[in-house]
Amino acid sequence: MENLTIKEKRPKKYIRPMPIFWWVHRWVHIKFIARELTSVFVAAYAVIFLLYVRSIGRGPDAFADFSERLRVPALIVFHAVALLVLLFHSITWFNLAPQAMVIKIGDRKVPGVVIALLNYAGWVVISAVLAWIMLHKQ
Amino acid sequence: MKKHIDPFWWTLFGAGGALSALFLPALLFFTGIAFPLGWFTTPPYEYLHSLVSPWYVRLFFLAIISLSLFHWAHRFRFTLYEGLQLHHFDLIIPILCYGTAIAGSIFAALTLWNL
Repeated sequence: MENLTIKEKRPKKYIRPMPIFWWVHRWVHIKFIARELTSVFVAAYAVIFLLYVRSIGRGPDAFADFSERLRVPALIVFHAVALLVLLFHSITWFNLAPQAMVIKIGDRKVPGVVIALLNYAGWVVISAVLAWIMLHKQ
Repeated sequence: MKKHIDPFWWTLFGAGGALSALFLPALLFFTGIAFPLGWFTTPPYEYLHSLVSPWYVRLFFLAIISLSLFHWAHRFRFTLYEGLQLHHFDLIIPILCYGTAIAGSIFAALTLWNL
């Protein structure tokens, strides 16, 4: 009974003070933050892709203009960086997939490596199909 | 932000993470690097137009774009919490993050609908 009263008087939630840059000291923490920040590039490219498709919808001249704008060196550099970041996103995502998906066949669990490999295989197939769509009119 | 709707946001986050991981690197490689640098010629306009016109293609683009935005919103929300130790802004941060994703999705839906 005594203990219970003491407990009730405690603050409901205690948040340990942490420095803002707590994560710069260890490689795994930097990697964690880097992985989380890939989402910024995911969203940025999603918007660029939307604008790309929109310019196609607006006619040949609008599309030619937009394509011309994509040749600006700053945008090429941005896309090069974004590609590396997106590859990092894909790889870390597929490596973590086994932890998020548990697939059972009968009552046997499909091993994590198999799930990760299926994800990579899907990535390769989808990328190949997209490449074919983009290139077979060359 | 109430705890019980977290699984909802997590589902959008997961779907967006998977779709973006599978589709975006190849799309970015062509539209952002290979075509602008002339490594490959940009496909003829008429072909691209016929490619993006069917309703199911536009719907699929909406899924990729919108879910990518929700993927960002969810991850960025927790990056701000953990990375910058902003736990005490746990009302305004989700509203800003998911609100941006919702606004972006509406913009994407209108754009693709009127294509």
